[in-house]
Amino acid sequence: MKEREKPDFWQKDLVHGRDLRELTTLNLGPTHPATHGIFQNVLTLDGEVILDTEQTIGYIHRAFEKIAERRPFYQITTLTDRMNYCSAPINNMGWHMTMEKLLGIELPKRVEYMRVIIMELARISDHVICNTIIGQDAGATTPFLYVYQWREKIYEVYEEICGARLTTNMGRIGGWERNFSDLVWKRIRAIVKEMPAGLKEFEKMLIRNRIFMDRTIDCGPLPADRALAYGFTGPNLRACGVDYDVRVADPYCSYQDFNFIVPIGQNGDTYDRFMVREQEMWESLSIIQQAMDKLDAMSDKTTFRGNVPEWLLPPKEEVYNEMEALIWHFKVVMGETDVPVGEVYHCVEGGNGELGFYLVSDGGRTPFRLHLRRPCFIYYQAFPEMIRGGMLSDAILTMSSMNVIAGELDA
Amino acid sequence: MSGFLIKAERDQLVKDRMSAFGVKVTAITQESDLLCVQVKKDALHDLLRTLRDELGFGFLTTCCGMHFPKVESGTLPAQPEEFGMVYHLHNMREGHRIRVKCRTTLNDLEFQTATDLWPAANWMEREAWDFFGIKFKGHPNLKRILNMEDFPAFPLRKDYPLEDPTRRDKDDKMFGR
Repeated sequence: MKEREKPDFWQKDLVHGRDLRELTTLNLGPTHPATHGIFQNVLTLDGEVILDTEQTIGYIHRAFEKIAERRPFYQITTLTDRMNYCSAPINNMGWHMTMEKLLGIELPKRVEYMRVIIMELARISDHVICNTIIGQDAGATTPFLYVYQWREKIYEVYEEICGARLTTNMGRIGGWERNFSDLVWKRIRAIVKEMPAGLKEFEKMLIRNRIFMDRTIDCGPLPADRALAYGFTGPNLRACGVDYDVRVADPYCSYQDFNFIVPIGQNGDTYDRFMVREQEMWESLSIIQQAMDKLDAMSDKTTFRGNVPEWLLPPKEEVYNEMEALIWHFKVVMGETDVPVGEVYHCVEGGNGELGFYLVSDGGRTPFRLHLRRPCFIYYQAFPEMIRGGMLSDAILTMSSMNVIAGELDA
Repeated sequence: MSGFLIKAERDQLVKDRMSAFGVKVTAITQESDLLCVQVKKDALHDLLRTLRDELGFGFLTTCCGMHFPKVESGTLPAQPEEFGMVYHLHNMREGHRIRVKCRTTLNDLEFQTATDLWPAANWMEREAWDFFGIKFKGHPNLKRILNMEDFPAFPLRKDYPLEDPTRRDKDDKMFGR
């Protein structure tokens, strides 16, 4: 790794020992088009070189941990998809799996593979946003607008599954709300078939682009030991050269059944973060294809939920016609199902890192305490260290390459 | 460090090493997912350092505050009001996790900071201060992080109502716990 040049800023008046620099204080944010979210940074600049920054966060804090203490378990799903809204289904599934871990529910393989497909689609849409925004901030608007069509196509899949596009509330504790329709499969197949060509075009525009490389290589680097100390996870950690991926290290949802590589970088700079995400999109496409093949090989085409009637609504035709089913429906909706006393920590590989749920249950109808480990809340702390001594324009690129999502940062 | 240890071996090693802390470690239990060590507040920092340096738990996954309200009567066993911190550590090399818990009382709400062990603890501890009013000795910048500076309460404490307490038009005692 090339040692970053550290110019000697401290120009001193040799007679009086005064600081001769004219420092500028600059407010970057709270609302600034280049921060892609609401973060405030009070930068101290010497010319264009950043000496320090003071971060202020919390502008869209909505107290999810407090609200969760008053909600039945199944209603907490809607809180999770407002965290990292670029890959909301991963958050939803993470929460469902946390509950399933607490309840000791095992799901059929078909349900898990369906979840894997949706989570990988969500990962692609998350990385598409982040990577195209890096391009956008480096001055390349075309790929940003061009590759977004794939995000749109992924959102059309969500729309067909659950009716929502951004804050999905997808799936249920114990499986899916209904089987995927033929249109869902058709749309997923279309993405897997057509996206590689678009992704290749996107890569052609940026990866060996001299301007892009000059802007991003050695921009906002962080060595691996610092990244680990700062609690980095996800693509940002892997860009530093640490091959930690929750899908491999702590497999959940049958990820052990799939073949994929964990791409890593070397320098932990903006270019490496970009490249790690880029490669992960290819791996995600491969995982989706493998899952589709596995599902095609199964004779079972109808299972979409586990055998947990106490958490899943009975079919509507029964609810409208039978007393028992109606009672059952109310019981589920009012959150009257017993849960065991216990504590679980469950984590999933979110779009930008290890998304953890620490759930403490005292047997009540709501959690006693739910702590959300939001990856970007933890790694955004390293931002001052990453941009110190660099240019202001590098700070913008560093921030967009860190994939800091305001909704997740502030929870 | 040499060789890989499976989880049972690592857990045994942790248990053996914890015996050096004597009565400071109040309990080592296998919870449904993780091994959990409960420790007294004055030994917490040493224990975290031991876990990090000697037992390979070099990654701070998360830490968070807890509030256990006073229970006097009812179906739950009676307990005094307590506060706690829960740390999740991760041995990334071998893929093991551990949970460290520490409790204290309202009169003694100051923990030793973990920011000297992990810079990542900085904002997590600020979050615990912001929401529970737990102080951290030696923290470089202990101020509120998500709530506004002059917020008058510690909102994740159980006695803080979810609804705005000045509102009279809503009654939420029928909902939630």
